[in-house]
Amino acid sequence: MAKITFDGIEVEVPDGTTILNAARQIGGSIVPPAMCYYTPLKGSGGKCRACLVRVAAGSAKDPRPMPKLVASCVTPVQDGMVVENTTNEQVLNVRKGIVEMLLINHPLDCPVCDQAGECDLQNFAFEHGVSTTRYQEERRTFEKIDIGPLIQLHMTRCILCYRCVYTADQIAKGDRVHGVLGRGDAAEIGTYIENIIDNDFSGNVIDVCPVGALTDKTFRFKSRVWFTKPVNAHRDCPKCSGNVVLWYKGKDVLRTTARKDQYGEVKEWICNECRFEKKETSDWQIEGPAHIDRSSVISANHYELPVLNQSVVADLPESTVRDLQQNPPLKLGN
Amino acid sequence: MQLTNRAKKLEKKPMTLAERAYLPAIFQGLSITMRHFFMKKATVRYPEEVRPFAPIFRGLHVLKRDEQGRERCTACGLCAVACPAEAITMVAGERKKGEEGLYREEKYAISYEINMLRCIFCGLCEEACPKAAVYLQPDKIAPPRYERDEFIYGKDRLVEPVSPDARSVRGIQLTADQADTLRARLA
Repeated sequence: MAKITFDGIEVEVPDGTTILNAARQIGGSIVPPAMCYYTPLKGSGGKCRACLVRVAAGSAKDPRPMPKLVASCVTPVQDGMVVENTTNEQVLNVRKGIVEMLLINHPLDCPVCDQAGECDLQNFAFEHGVSTTRYQEERRTFEKIDIGPLIQLHMTRCILCYRCVYTADQIAKGDRVHGVLGRGDAAEIGTYIENIIDNDFSGNVIDVCPVGALTDKTFRFKSRVWFTKPVNAHRDCPKCSGNVVLWYKGKDVLRTTARKDQYGEVKEWICNECRFEKKETSDWQIEGPAHIDRSSVISANHYELPVLNQSVVADLPESTVRDLQQNPPLKLGN
Repeated sequence: MQLTNRAKKLEKKPMTLAERAYLPAIFQGLSITMRHFFMKKATVRYPEEVRPFAPIFRGLHVLKRDEQGRERCTACGLCAVACPAEAITMVAGERKKGEEGLYREEKYAISYEINMLRCIFCGLCEEACPKAAVYLQPDKIAPPRYERDEFIYGKDRLVEPVSPDARSVRGIQLTADQADTLRARLA
């Protein structure tokens, strides 16, 4: 076990835990943002630099500070480490720079993009960036690649987080058919992408993508996410767990996604049949509304009671009760 | 039965001679009427005469086109989510090949409806629009209609006509002279 101090809060975690995961054990607003790190994917992290923190003391044995800011998602903790994130002015300033760097080649087409409203980059830029841009040069463009009827690829929006590459490697197993070609400015997700499409779990690249580079083609331009209502549902699926979120508009299921935790990471991978083919309410067992963070624009729908009094609402499904206990909705005035 | 002691007992006095004659009272009343003939009128003779609009007046919406005549709206839904009265609905569609001259972005609004009965003309849609597409015009009002469904304005009535000659004020087609003045004012 190692004891570290993160933003003045002491926490004890097993050896080998990364700083980011130690911060997530504390939780709340001190957790560094992460654009490329994804817990379920081995080897992810260390690329976007969004999670940079300052290590003010390396360990109990060697209390010298680390010379440069370190990526908290790939740096393991050491006993007696002192880490500064929100308490350090330098870290906050560097994060502003990281936002600028990530947005250099990102087209600001949020009004068109289907990811808007649940986009990690949008949230990251909103919370940590500056509201103006200094970039005047042409943004990079790519030739459009059509990768089939289910997944839409927008290479211009890609921030090269490698999450989809790891998903293709580890989840949609098979030959390695997916990688990054080119270097630096010219780097792009490999053109082998057509091959992975046939895999039963290929649709998960949509969920792991932090931006709108990989989106659901069956949902393309159907609705903005904040006009749809997420509902937890499950079905008996021989290939995957069958636990999903259905996104309703009126009586229509517009889209199916995997369930995500509070850090936007998929809890259970779902198969393509559940994601793309089962778009009828009769295919699913409805559990109840999926919990959406109150700060999210999706909660503008008011589909979930802000204060849910369980003793008043009769016959809540057990899974909803469990979900409410784990993610209690914010009380008014909080 | 007396419920409270606030009731006042009215005494009916007999009328005086002047009151009984009626004529003085009639002349007094008629003189007030006559005086009002020559006072400044509180009303205007609408629709021949129109009151001036305040410079900050927010009236009927318009969906603007860009300099090349393409529709600016990309159906991003920010106006609809900003609208406190939930008056705006839209359906988005993908631009096809060959329609680049019609729509500015890859995505456009197939249908865009504003319910003028719900709208409170607050101008929040105008503020939310990232594409400078929706504006509340300072010189137009939603005219009265007989049917409720006529107040649901679709794209046919919201999108700005391509040339100013095709513009109309309150549903009345402009003459060439009026269009010239309008164009001069817009320039």
